[in-house]
Amino acid sequence: MTGVTLNSVIKKYGETQVIHGVDLEIEDGEFCVFVGPSGCGKSTLLRMVAGLEETTGGQIHIGARDVTKLDPSERGVAMVFQTYALYPHMTVKENMGFGLKMNGHPKNVIDEKVAEASRILKLDEYLDRKPAALSGGQRQRVSIGRAIVRGPEVFLFDEPLSNLDAELRVDMRVEISRLHREIGATMIYVTHDQVEAMTLADKIVVLRKGVIEQVGAPMELYRDPNNKFVGGFIGSPSMNFVGGTIKNGGVDVPGLGRTVAKSVAAAHESKAVHVGLRPEHLSLDPAGDTFRVDLTESLGGVSYAYLQAPTGERIVVEERGDDRVSEGDSVGLNFETERVYLFDAETEMRIR
Amino acid sequence: MHPALQGLITIIIGVGGCVGYYYGANMLLDKVLFPAKGPNAGRNINRAGMIRPWIFLFPALCLLGLYLAYPVFATLRLSFLERLPGNEYAFVGLENYTKMFAEPKFNEALLNNMLWLIVVPAASTGFGLLVAQLTDRLRWGSVAKSIIFMPMAISFVGAAVIFKLVYEARPEDVAQIGILNHLYLLFGGDAPQQWLQIPFWNSFFLMVVLIWIQTGFAMVILSAALRGIPEETIEAAIIDGANPFQIFFKIKIPQITSTIVVVWTTITIATLKVFDIVFAMTNGQWETQVLANYMYDKLFRANDWGMGSASAMIIMLLVTPILVWNVYNARKEMR
Repeated sequence: MTGVTLNSVIKKYGETQVIHGVDLEIEDGEFCVFVGPSGCGKSTLLRMVAGLEETTGGQIHIGARDVTKLDPSERGVAMVFQTYALYPHMTVKENMGFGLKMNGHPKNVIDEKVAEASRILKLDEYLDRKPAALSGGQRQRVSIGRAIVRGPEVFLFDEPLSNLDAELRVDMRVEISRLHREIGATMIYVTHDQVEAMTLADKIVVLRKGVIEQVGAPMELYRDPNNKFVGGFIGSPSMNFVGGTIKNGGVDVPGLGRTVAKSVAAAHESKAVHVGLRPEHLSLDPAGDTFRVDLTESLGGVSYAYLQAPTGERIVVEERGDDRVSEGDSVGLNFETERVYLFDAETEMRIR
Repeated sequence: MHPALQGLITIIIGVGGCVGYYYGANMLLDKVLFPAKGPNAGRNINRAGMIRPWIFLFPALCLLGLYLAYPVFATLRLSFLERLPGNEYAFVGLENYTKMFAEPKFNEALLNNMLWLIVVPAASTGFGLLVAQLTDRLRWGSVAKSIIFMPMAISFVGAAVIFKLVYEARPEDVAQIGILNHLYLLFGGDAPQQWLQIPFWNSFFLMVVLIWIQTGFAMVILSAALRGIPEETIEAAIIDGANPFQIFFKIKIPQITSTIVVVWTTITIATLKVFDIVFAMTNGQWETQVLANYMYDKLFRANDWGMGSASAMIIMLLVTPILVWNVYNARKEMR
């Protein structure tokens, strides 16, 4: 049992508090992704699990052990950094074996484990090279290899793909996914990229300003966001929001030019709301003339039409198929009422 | 004429001459020799571009040649000659060198220089590295560094005077003004010592002065280099279970080797040329002679131009390979 448990974890730098009491349970063997905009505290939280940042309050458990006050090397974690953090003066082999060497393992054991890791990561032919002679993707593989060799209970990834180009990023994403299946260890992965989060995670933790906004499986967060922030953050392109008011059990949405029939508890009557609509849940009605098409972006299989609502609000619509609108057209919008999300304009919490 | 006016005119002529040279030569090149017009405009621009660096470098090359390159050859020539009365010279071949190598004082100087060469760069670089590492994360670290750097601002002669006072010895029954003797007596020494007159060890007392000055230099450069080490490699090593000593010796030092080499060789060159400190403190007496002071003795005290020049050549011969290595490493680091 080597899950990770955080109990009301707090981090302060002097007077400024950056992590405001995080409670989180990560199961054994789970791939958990911390996601959020920059400055949300996701990296800080990861570094606290690693032991690189002191924990100001609360406890961190790895398995059954309380590691809150332990040194990083005693925690049974290995970390992969965004900048690879390879030792430039050592060969690939020495880089991967350094951790074991520091912990006094005999040479034959080190060689064996390095060989095993380089086989998994297909690094055999590069073992005697220095990091400077490797490409970005290879460097990051070595960095992952260095983590594997130590046989940690928990793998920590700090934006490992951010320094790679787009194509390589997709390859490495697949490789990390495969690695997780093969090794089956608990992994915590930090990223600001919601696509990485959606594709890799068993469990996504959405953070904002040092607070957990929502925890759940990727599709759970996508289908059932708890608040406007999660709704807007998960999904690409992000959810459209238009202003509305709850009236007589429906929602009056001037931006859509209509009242959406949606049953809402009486307590919410005449509340201002943000109406959330995902681009992929909208379809265009060429017969309508409520919206003007400002701009279209065609990616081939899909196009995105940027509509201007009569109220000036912008709405993005995903289009597939052969008939697509062009700039300057006037169109209407169709959607299913159950696909509409309502968020309280004041608290930004979901109104279900 | 009033001297201030004279100075002003000199400045105007000098600066004006410089500006005039660069501006005029450039104009001549662009407008007269290779004008950027007509049928050969493109070719002319290329040719002017190739010639321009040489025009701009010419004054500097000229001055370097006159004041650096020429003296080397003149000294080399003098080292093969003997000056005779009546401003006459006689070619003596290698006699100056053979005579010099037979002289005990020269061999003492050579030996002492070797000693300086081993001790001073090692100690300065070592202390500099130590201070740079220890003060890195401290709040008052920059204050400590400023104090350690301060001797760099003092001339060698000034430092020599300061340390002469440190090593000063007064008769036994009088209060000691030298701090070393004061401490020596405080900790049970029987009589004040003439520190600079104790052969062999007195050389080390002189070296302390140069180490005191050069540590600040080493510290500043190495401190910058240590700061340049990517933080993540250190964090990775922490997670890998390396202790602070292993991080320092296995992660940090290997990443700043080239800087250490540059610092080491730079101090080595300063050490090989050491003159002022020995000149001001012992003048080479009590077996503290070094090459530069030996050269000064021969050239300006004994008026023996031949042997003086020969010893100057020896110093240059020793410095050159280190200098080449230094420049090579410094350039490697800049890349």
